[in-house]
Amino acid sequence: MSANGDAGYTADEMMAVAASRRLADGTVCFVGIGLPSKAANLARRTHAPKCVLVYESGTIGAKPEHLPLSIGDGELAETADAVVSVPEIFAYWLQAGRIDVGFLGAAQIDRFGNLNSTVIGDYDHPTVRLPGAGGAPEIASSCGEVFVMLRQSPRAFVERLDFRTSVGYGEGRGSRERLGARGKGVTAVITDIGVLEPDVESCELTLTALQPGATAEQAIAATGWPLQVARELAVLEVPTGEELRALRGLKTTAEA
Amino acid sequence: MAEIVTLAEAVRELVSDGQVVALEGFTHLIPHAAGHELVRQGRRDLTLVRMTPDVVYDQLIGAGCARKLVFSWGGNPGVGSLHRLRDAIEHQWPAPLELEEHSHAGMAAAYAAGASGLPFGVLRGYAGTDLVEHTSIAWVDCPFTGERLAAVRALHPDVGIVHAQRADQQGNVQLWGIAGVQKEVVLASTRSIVTVEEIVPELEPKPGAVVIPGWAVSAVALAPHGAHPSYAHGYYDRDNAFYLAWDEISRERERFRAWLQQHVLETSDVDEYRASLAAEVAAV
Repeated sequence: MSANGDAGYTADEMMAVAASRRLADGTVCFVGIGLPSKAANLARRTHAPKCVLVYESGTIGAKPEHLPLSIGDGELAETADAVVSVPEIFAYWLQAGRIDVGFLGAAQIDRFGNLNSTVIGDYDHPTVRLPGAGGAPEIASSCGEVFVMLRQSPRAFVERLDFRTSVGYGEGRGSRERLGARGKGVTAVITDIGVLEPDVESCELTLTALQPGATAEQAIAATGWPLQVARELAVLEVPTGEELRALRGLKTTAEA
Repeated sequence: MAEIVTLAEAVRELVSDGQVVALEGFTHLIPHAAGHELVRQGRRDLTLVRMTPDVVYDQLIGAGCARKLVFSWGGNPGVGSLHRLRDAIEHQWPAPLELEEHSHAGMAAAYAAGASGLPFGVLRGYAGTDLVEHTSIAWVDCPFTGERLAAVRALHPDVGIVHAQRADQQGNVQLWGIAGVQKEVVLASTRSIVTVEEIVPELEPKPGAVVIPGWAVSAVALAPHGAHPSYAHGYYDRDNAFYLAWDEISRERERFRAWLQQHVLETSDVDEYRASLAAEVAAV
């Protein structure tokens, strides 16, 4: 969907740009495939050329020309500063706390940023079997902070997860500390309507920014819990020409 | 010392029905040819272990080889669902599939523990997730700091199978590029099969390469292009078009069965498999 009709960019493009802008130069980020990979590669081509891209296949400091179709594309290894084994990437680099920002997607998210990427319905008799955890649980617990990129709808933003694959803020304030999670947790949920951030007191996800043309009512309608809205609601700056050119120049390996 | 044999011989001699078998390859060097040989030889009731069950496990599961799956992420990378895996879980077709489900970090730790001969691996993970109920973990207190950590039971497959770029006549194996858990699964398994792109008289040193000594491997089999549609760094690229096409091929049971019949069951090795795929492309 487009948040604003004929703006000259799509809501997905705004999501990628919004996430990209949050990456400071030199940030070390753990990247998956899809929108996160787009956002991080966009940052590297615009304001954050020293942004370090780490893929779970063990490629550290990858500088791909094309967006990879899989996290293990050969181009990632060829352009990386270092290629390490999978046990090493998860132990020495992720769990040791060397990653600043981790990106996650999910099928479901709840008000405390907990994520489900395992199953819709009952675990033993699922309606939809999803791929499963992969790197997500330890990305969620170990990265300095986590950005979630997810299109907003009542099916995805739910009152209750069908399965908790990764922990955001657990049951709320204090949960992460009790569980021994080291990173800050989810600091931004970037959607096709706007941005949600945890409330400083309760850790509950709160609407803090809107895509240009979107409304708080839209965000509330697309959320399965009574969404809190910040008193001062920001509006994201529209993508610049440079950002859009760089973003659209990113072709996947399959398209190249 | 690794015996150098044909892939068919290696599978016949080393893999039996009901065993725990791990075919590894983290997006790179995935042993597809070995997977196809398991299908051809009709192995049944296998417990299949793999961090990232993708197309090759979709084929094995759809072909009815598996009873149980131990895994951490099951999908067609960059494309979407594995339709045969989902059909097995959601509709028990062609047979029910028991699951033991990990995170990547947990499974990597379990392989490393297995390779080390330790009973469990340790990590900061799983806390607060529902995975705890569906995996093989427990909690331990650090004897030095008191910190509570997750212990994951070591993986010890009966047979570990990987693909690599090359081996020498003594069965020493050399692989490079994304190394995944290739070394760990070979060392964690009771027996192992390594398929290779080529067998050379002598292995030239290669920066960053992983070398597995032949005396730590059970069998080496020559299988050029044996990773297709995955890739072998320095030999051939990932066949991204095949991964995209698999979404359609695997969606319906009948089309999947016809594909498996034509390209796996009616071919005898990786050369014939490749020729049958090429013939189909040429006919379109």
